[in-house]
Amino acid sequence: MARNKKNAEGKPKSRARRRFLIGSTIAAGGLFVGWQLLGGGASTDPETLLSPGADEAALNAWVKIARDGTVTIAVPRSEMGQGIHTALPMILAEELDADFDRVEIIDAKVDRIYVNDVMLPEGFPFGPHDESFIARQARATGRWLSGVIAVQATGGSTSVRAGWQPMREAGAMAREMLKQAAATRLGTSAASLKTERGEVVDPASGRRIGYGELAADAANVKLAEVPPLRDPSQFRIIGQPKQRLDIPAKVDGTATFGIDVRLPDMLFAAVKHPPVVGASVTRFDPAQVQRMPGVVKTVAVPGGIAVIADSTWRAKQAIEALDIEYDLGETPDFSTDGLFTSYEAALSEDGFGYQDDGEAVEMLEAAGSNVLEMTYRTPFLAHAPMEPMNCTARIVDDRLEVWAPTQAPSVSRWIAAGQADMDEDKVTVNVTYLGGGFGRRGEPDFIRQAVACAMAVPGRGVQVVWSREEDIRQDTYRPATLAHFRITTDSEGYPVAWANKLVGPSTSGQATMRYIPFGSDAGPDRTTVDGAAWLPYAIPNMRVEHILSRVPVRIGFWRSVGHSQNAFYSEAVIDELAHAAGKDPYAYRMHLLADSPRYAKVLQTVARMADWDTGAPAGRARGIALHESFGSIVAQVAEVSLDGSQPRVHRVWCAVDAGIVINPDTIVAQMQGGIVYGLTAALYGEITFADGEPQQSNFPDYEMIRLSTMPTIETEIIASTEAPGGAGEPGTPPIAPAVTNALFALTGQRARDLPLSRHDWTTTGS
Amino acid sequence: MIDFVLNGETVSVDVEPDTPLLWVIRDTLGKTGTKFGCGVAACGACTVHVDGVATRTCVLPVEAVASASVTTIEGIAAGETRHRVQQAWIDEQVPQCGYCQSGMIMAVTALLAENPSPTDADIDDAVTNICRCGTYSRIRSAIHRAARA
Repeated sequence: MARNKKNAEGKPKSRARRRFLIGSTIAAGGLFVGWQLLGGGASTDPETLLSPGADEAALNAWVKIARDGTVTIAVPRSEMGQGIHTALPMILAEELDADFDRVEIIDAKVDRIYVNDVMLPEGFPFGPHDESFIARQARATGRWLSGVIAVQATGGSTSVRAGWQPMREAGAMAREMLKQAAATRLGTSAASLKTERGEVVDPASGRRIGYGELAADAANVKLAEVPPLRDPSQFRIIGQPKQRLDIPAKVDGTATFGIDVRLPDMLFAAVKHPPVVGASVTRFDPAQVQRMPGVVKTVAVPGGIAVIADSTWRAKQAIEALDIEYDLGETPDFSTDGLFTSYEAALSEDGFGYQDDGEAVEMLEAAGSNVLEMTYRTPFLAHAPMEPMNCTARIVDDRLEVWAPTQAPSVSRWIAAGQADMDEDKVTVNVTYLGGGFGRRGEPDFIRQAVACAMAVPGRGVQVVWSREEDIRQDTYRPATLAHFRITTDSEGYPVAWANKLVGPSTSGQATMRYIPFGSDAGPDRTTVDGAAWLPYAIPNMRVEHILSRVPVRIGFWRSVGHSQNAFYSEAVIDELAHAAGKDPYAYRMHLLADSPRYAKVLQTVARMADWDTGAPAGRARGIALHESFGSIVAQVAEVSLDGSQPRVHRVWCAVDAGIVINPDTIVAQMQGGIVYGLTAALYGEITFADGEPQQSNFPDYEMIRLSTMPTIETEIIASTEAPGGAGEPGTPPIAPAVTNALFALTGQRARDLPLSRHDWTTTGS
Repeated sequence: MIDFVLNGETVSVDVEPDTPLLWVIRDTLGKTGTKFGCGVAACGACTVHVDGVATRTCVLPVEAVASASVTTIEGIAAGETRHRVQQAWIDEQVPQCGYCQSGMIMAVTALLAENPSPTDADIDDAVTNICRCGTYSRIRSAIHRAARA
């Protein structure tokens, strides 16, 4: 009690939190003014943005139509496998009433009009369903701020959520412009006309005019307002499984990823970074490798040293041969074991209270020895996308061009301009396909290095390609964190007071510090408690706080971010409580969801799919988990056995409520992908440090699910009229607790840390 | 100079003989469909056919394929007609990011050439490539579909 009162950001919680937020908003105001001073203007002229050919007309910043009727849609989000280059065009094509078979896509340029205004506000310290005045104001401010700093980025499962309204409006406006052009030509009113799959139709005369014939005239039509949008009951493209537009190029080798960019007379660079966290290069001698075959130049680049050569292999050979001396910095002894010890010590501190409902702290103090205490841990994780980090850059005269598999084109442009000391309007960023992103490719490190290399050889393109070892050892890792729970239950075993103290760094904060020189990790960061706070269960007294404990390691956004570990903590603890109460884990959750029907329906669905009441075949057991993230609710059941001493996951059932679904086939694919990503982490994933060095470096020591270890997955999408939720990440969080809970059901052994393969299951096997 | 046949055409390359075939294909010969993933033959992104056998090329010295026949992802279609494995990949909507799929398709085409109706266990043994996006369920379905085609 007394301790809690000392907590300035805690009680009286809401007022203090408001003060804090206003303070940070003002700080953010200074921040975006800085961005503006650093350049980056808006250009909303559709001609400039879409560069229409002689037979094309641009109707707005998102769509141009060719005389032959081909509709080309500019997609301002990066395609990294999540199907966004199909989903966003589907939304626009729906309102345009286009023939989807005649839709093509181009990558949008970097421009303020393509802002993603959902991503930034999700870092603010309010629950996703907090509709209080202050929360709504904060979100509105965040959206506005997003526009001012022109956030053009892909992540946080925001693309459809942020693109839903603008893509619909862009389509509806283009359709209305086409109708008005047709009305002028037909001497009738636009209101009397209809559209049908790429044609304007005059019901009175039966005349039909293709969009292609009307596009040039339509481009000159000025609309006073956005026309009404379609009622979802009229959708004929949205909600239908559409084949992805990017897939044909991905089966014949023609899809261009970042690493596939080829320029005339280009060079290739390999990089080496200091091996120890926080170390820096002190000495190297370019002459040592200058005479090796193909070597052009050896240069210092941000974060390390690069050798530029005439082939990737020759550059690699030379960087390996180069002797580099390092200053080991201030954390040469950094270790994972030491970190967790310091996390435990930090538990005595007070953190930032993100959720404080009821009187959790007081009740726990009063409960004395009747408090259940549990400590959970999760390790650092690497992203390890299949395409290692790379970027290509070229400086010709006073212009810089960058080709990058990036999730953050606007930040990339700003970073590239800064590295080259150029105005942003002299910098072009071309976004290629991404060979996986998972959050890693929002980082600017590889962009900086490519620009530094390009500056060393003016006029020639240079492609920087990291080795897999550099990719894994120089990642911006999902942070290791610790969660300490103190819980009391009622006579039925249901939670009455629940306190969760999380210890770890601020992912958003540290990332911001890499993007901008005056970033900070001192403010609140909702991602630290995402999935730990604002649970759907009826828990009357709940306090969730985060104790900031900085790490010398670079950390970043990893598929589903805080949810990836907090869902494991929350849903395993719920499972512990259910077993402690002697209740079925599914029934226990349903009891706590009595007032949360949308969540209950998802859980019910997965229980039905798995035939939960019947249970697992002999030798196997099942675990269940439910989690909401990024606007979607996902429940999963995992069926496991032991294969010798190792857990084996045979089947996964997955139910998802993602609101209105754009492309159901993509939702299914993303659930599968999210499950595999989370299962790989749950079973095998950990980056550990000893003597300042990451102990893993490549797939042989950073194992992945493969075909032979892949469970069968059944997914069911729940029909919903709610606003679209995210798809790329929500499949990931529930699988770790579902599998952990299943292993408990099988063995009676509760794993409170990951990965599961590190536990000794032989002593408890059934 | 080292000569070999790439997708039906004889090529000559002037590189260090220990240069891995992967980089010769990508950097010297400009065929970028074959991918770099790990550099230690652990992930299979760099899989091509060497005399019909699925081979990981990131550790294979180019001198080892002198006078051999190498087929990459660019060389498996019959003109404009996709290989049945490629078509199955589209029909099952397999790829997500797509980066590993060239290697997957090359591993699978080699498997089906040798074993036209593989069981799930055969597939598990033969196709050990990594897909970080987790497209394995659809890969398996597409292999069975291609086997039936």
